[in-house]
Order: sequence, then structure tokens, then C-alpha cells
Amino acid sequence: MGLITSLIAITLRAGTSLVYATIGETYAERAGILNLGLEGIMLMGAVSSFATAYYTGSLGLAIVVALGVGGLMALIHAFLSITMKANQVVSGLSITLFGTGFASFLGQRLGPESNGRYLIGLTGPRFAPIDVGALGKVPILGAILGQDLFTYGIYLLIPLAWFYLYRTKNGLWLRAIGENPRTADAMGVAVDRAKYGYTVFGGMLTALGGAHLALAYTPGWSENITGGRGWIVIALVIFSMWNPGRAITGALIFGGINAVQFRLQASGTNVPAAFLNMLPYLATIVVLVAITWWEALSKRVGSPASLGQPYVREDK
Amino acid sequence: MKKTLSVFCVLIVALATFGCAKKAEPVAAPVAVEPYKVAFIYIGVPGDLGWTHEHDVGRLQIEAAFGDKVKTAYMENVPEGPDATRVIRQYAQDGYDMIIATSFGYMDPMVEVAAEFPKVKFIHCSGYKTSDNMSTYFGRIYQARYLAGIVAGKMTKTNIIGYPGAFPIPEVVRGINAFTLGARSVNPKVQVRVVWTNTWYDPVKEREAAVALLDAGADIITQHQDTVEPQKAAQERGMLSIGYDSDMRKFVGDTVLTSPVWNWGPYYVDTVRKGMDGTWKSEQYWEGLSADVVRLADFSPLVPQDVRDQVSVVKQKIVGGTWDVFTGPIKDNTGKLRVNEGAKMSDGELLSLDWLVEGVVGKVQ
Repeated sequence: MGLITSLIAITLRAGTSLVYATIGETYAERAGILNLGLEGIMLMGAVSSFATAYYTGSLGLAIVVALGVGGLMALIHAFLSITMKANQVVSGLSITLFGTGFASFLGQRLGPESNGRYLIGLTGPRFAPIDVGALGKVPILGAILGQDLFTYGIYLLIPLAWFYLYRTKNGLWLRAIGENPRTADAMGVAVDRAKYGYTVFGGMLTALGGAHLALAYTPGWSENITGGRGWIVIALVIFSMWNPGRAITGALIFGGINAVQFRLQASGTNVPAAFLNMLPYLATIVVLVAITWWEALSKRVGSPASLGQPYVREDK
Repeated sequence: MKKTLSVFCVLIVALATFGCAKKAEPVAAPVAVEPYKVAFIYIGVPGDLGWTHEHDVGRLQIEAAFGDKVKTAYMENVPEGPDATRVIRQYAQDGYDMIIATSFGYMDPMVEVAAEFPKVKFIHCSGYKTSDNMSTYFGRIYQARYLAGIVAGKMTKTNIIGYPGAFPIPEVVRGINAFTLGARSVNPKVQVRVVWTNTWYDPVKEREAAVALLDAGADIITQHQDTVEPQKAAQERGMLSIGYDSDMRKFVGDTVLTSPVWNWGPYYVDTVRKGMDGTWKSEQYWEGLSADVVRLADFSPLVPQDVRDQVSVVKQKIVGGTWDVFTGPIKDNTGKLRVNEGAKMSDGELLSLDWLVEGVVGKVQ
């Protein structure tokens, strides 16, 4: 495999979990709900899906459980921030704190007796990269096709998520809710119900990102397997300017940066690793500054205007 | 806002209950004499299969050696910093006789608490500060790394060995240098390629670093970090590896040729015994293969007999004290002679090592 092809392969693989969570969070934020609980939800998705796969041997069931757990955790956030009108930042952070602790706890209690009740260090079924035969040898195409099913999932998810948001009536309503819930309400959209729906949907996709780590990328459960990826996603949503179509670019840059800098180091090239690691965040800041200062741009691609604000119908 | 706060408080309490639950061992049936109480502070969890796992094995050996006469407890996942101070102080207040903290960053918290509780014995791993009631201890794992390097040097076919390292600090640099010296003592063509991950613990990054090294042509992967992911990544590619911390062959399989491992049990048992009979004195303990505090784990069946024999010969020299790893001539990887022929590096030099030996591709940044 050529260098470019192998870089594309590793970058796609590294970016997959980020794409799921980024699109999930994009949908929640489009509905005006900022969910900072991503890190906790990803961890819970990872631990629950791995435990399920380990005991039942069924990867399908593992996915279903991850979706359920992610949906449930996002439901807590939805309840607090939509029904209780709580501060979304505080609620989201609580979800992360809770999810991180609880996932560790489960990882130490759900395992078999023979392993001291630990899930850590066990091997379960996994999604292996698909063997595409001769196609795998074709430059670039081989890198795109020789992936596991999760990565195939993002090939579908990205265009679908884009299409739904920009080309369907529901997508138009979703954007309206995020920009101006009162107008959406006047248009006859059930605002609260939609907010609930998209927040839960976002949580489900986020958990799927966590499941990708535990079932495919680094198969198995280890504590803090996400290593802060949930926080990277928060930056990624901004970086992609709330557009699922752009999520792929950001996820690949963020996901691929380590792969690239490790390769540069391994080949003996002297690059300051810390500098490369900083680049994606720098890019995020640039995007933030640009959409804050440049009004024309901000109108087109800025953050949803009602992001983070509870919607109270009776407000005058 | 009140509502928000109360919800937040409930969640925090729930988190505290789940996340930081103190796991004291069940109290033994009442005995006439109060047991000697020993507490451990862990940076990770005993199930990490690496660093903390090995300390916990040592703790269990204390229990096995003294039975009812000793009671042990541990607290896991204690962050370095103010939390550590709180946890150490709590154990001291709860009447523990000896507190053992197993990560570098617990050093200053321990110094602080040790001054407040002169009767309690404080034992700190991998640091350098001591006081009348605080000891420091560590092992010369670099000796076992050198032996592992011999195995890798003999068994590599591409002459490239990949080495993901956590941080360019003396402890890690020492290991890389010893390993490289070992490998090149039997195969001068060997290159050890280092990739810094800048993390002790991140399964994803550790794996990515290993994969990058495999792509660069490495056919054996070793590491200085806390998870088994690099070893697993090598195995999936059909390549070999060398573990670290614990016998990783048990968790990954026979592609792990051997592992430099810690063996804290004898040191812990001895220290607790001295604490119990009143002969304990503050010390700086830094021993190696000869004291059995570090070891080379059993070989995988894939390691041929002549390699085992060669390792055994060198091991005898180190254990017998006739020779040590960092004996000159040693050049650094820019070609400069750093240690003259026949000279031996002092402990002080080893503890502040900041250059890589000839044969290492990488840089201490």
C-alpha cells in the first residue's frame, strides 16, 4: 500500500467514531440543545456495547444496546434542559461526569468472575475490516473499501444527514427550531417534541461512536477508552459549522492528525508533535472568530440562534 | 436556577458514590491484636493489566504472608494533586500504619501529609524526596529491558523495532536506551524507532502509534505506556512484540515474546515486616534483577533456545554485579561519545538521562 493510501485508510478509521458523534451533536444543536455530555455518552456506549457483545456474542445486539443507552442518557439531558429548563451547560457536564464514572464502575463490575469481575482485558467479537479481495489493492479505493461496517455506516450517514437537514420539510423545521423556536411553533411544529427527538437521536449516534471504539477500532474495554474524543466533537461541530456534510472534513483532520504525526515520527522526521496536535483546535478558533465577526458569513453558516436557550412558550 | 443546582448536586453525589467508592477489604473476624493496617494509593485500576495490576499483586502477597495480622486497603483512580493529598490524609487519620503511594505525582502530596503524621510510615514509588518517616522506592527495570532488547535484536527480520513511548522523561529514555543497547549488542544493524504519544494511558493513541511503526517496517513492537494495545496491534498484523509492566503474554498471546515486569511482592512484604517489628527506617530503595524486584517474564515458545541461553548469560553478569547496562563505550544517536570505554554511568546521571543512544531513531524533545 502506498503512503497516501495507508494514510487515507488510517484516517478514515480514526475519524469514524468522531463522525457519528459529530453528526449526532449537530442535530441536537440544530434543535437548540447543547449537549456537553458527549464524552460520558460515548463511554457508556462503549462499555455497554462491549459487555453485550462479550456475553451474547451478537454484534447486532451490542449496537442495539449502545443505541438504547445513548438514547436514554440523552433523554436525561433532554428532560433537564427542555422540560425542566435547566442550564444546558451544567446538565451536559453532569452527564459527562456521571457517564465517565458509571462506565468505569460497570467496567469493574460486569466482567466474569474468572477475571475478577473486570471487563478490562477481555476479548470479544469485533467488527473486522471487510476483505474486498483484489479491490483492496487498488490505490485509494482500497483504503475506502477495506474498512469495517461502522466506517461503511458513515459513507451512508453523512449524505443522508445532509439531505435530511437541507432537502426535506422536517429538516427545514429542524433548522427553524434552532434559529427561532417561536416562529417554528407558529408554523405548527411541535417544538418540544422535536427537541426531545433530536436530542435523543444525537445521543444514540454519539453512543454509536463509542461503540465503534470498543467493537472495532481498539476492540475491548479499557477505562477512558475515548481519551477526550467527546470534547473534540464539541469543537468539531463548530468547525463544521453545524453542517453534517462538512463533518467528514473536520473528523478526518482531527482523527487523522495523530495518525499522520505518529507516521512522521516513525519515519524519523522531526516534527513537534504538540504543534500538530494543536492545529485542529487552532482551526476551530479561527472558524469561531470568523463567524462571530463576519456577519454575512454568520447569517449563512453560524450557530443556531437559539442554541442553549430554553424555549418557553408563554414568554412575552 | 435553584432547580438546576439541586439536580447538579444530586448528580455529583451519585458520581462520588459510584466513581470514588472506597474499596476497603472486608474486616476480618475480631482478633485479640489490632492488625497492622496498610493502605495503597493507585493511579489506575488493578484491572489495567499493567502498572497498577502489578502493585496490587504485591498487595495480595502482603495479605498472603501475614494473614490476619495485617489489613490492607486500596483506593483506585486517585488523580495526582490535591485529591491525592486528601486521600492520603484520610488514610492517616483512619489509623493506617503504613501508606504506599504508587505514582510519581503523589510525591509532594505525600511529603505534605508525612509531616503531619510523624508516626505513620509513608512509602512513595518512583520519586526522589524522603523524610524521617517517608521512603522512596523503585526498580531498575532498565536491566530487564536490556535483556528484552537482546531477544528483540536476535528475532527481528527487518531490523526495525517500534517503541511507542509516553513522555521523553528520564525514566522512559532510560528504558529505550537500555533496550537499544541490548538489541544492538547482538545485532548492530538494529534501529529502534521511537514515537512519543504524550500520554500514559490512551488505548486509541497507543494503538495508532504502534500501527504507524508497523507501517514504517517494524516487525517487533515494544512500549513504555500503560495498556496492551500496541501488543494487540502487532499481533493483528502477524508481528511480534515485547510487553512491559506485567506478563502481557497472558493477556495477548504467544506473539508477546517476553516482558520486563515488576515484582513488588518481596519488597512490600519486607517493608511491612520491618514496619511491624519496628526496624523500619527511611531509605532510597533502587534495586534491580539481583533483588528480584524486576524480572524478565517467562519466554514465549516462539523464542529459540540459543536466544534464551544468550539472555541467561548476560543476566548472570548483571545479577552477579560484574557488569551493568550503562557501561561505556556508549555513543548518542548524533554520534557523540557520551560514556568512555569502561566507565559506568552513575545513578545520578541515569536519573537525569536526556539523550538517546546510537541506534535510536527519534529525539528527546
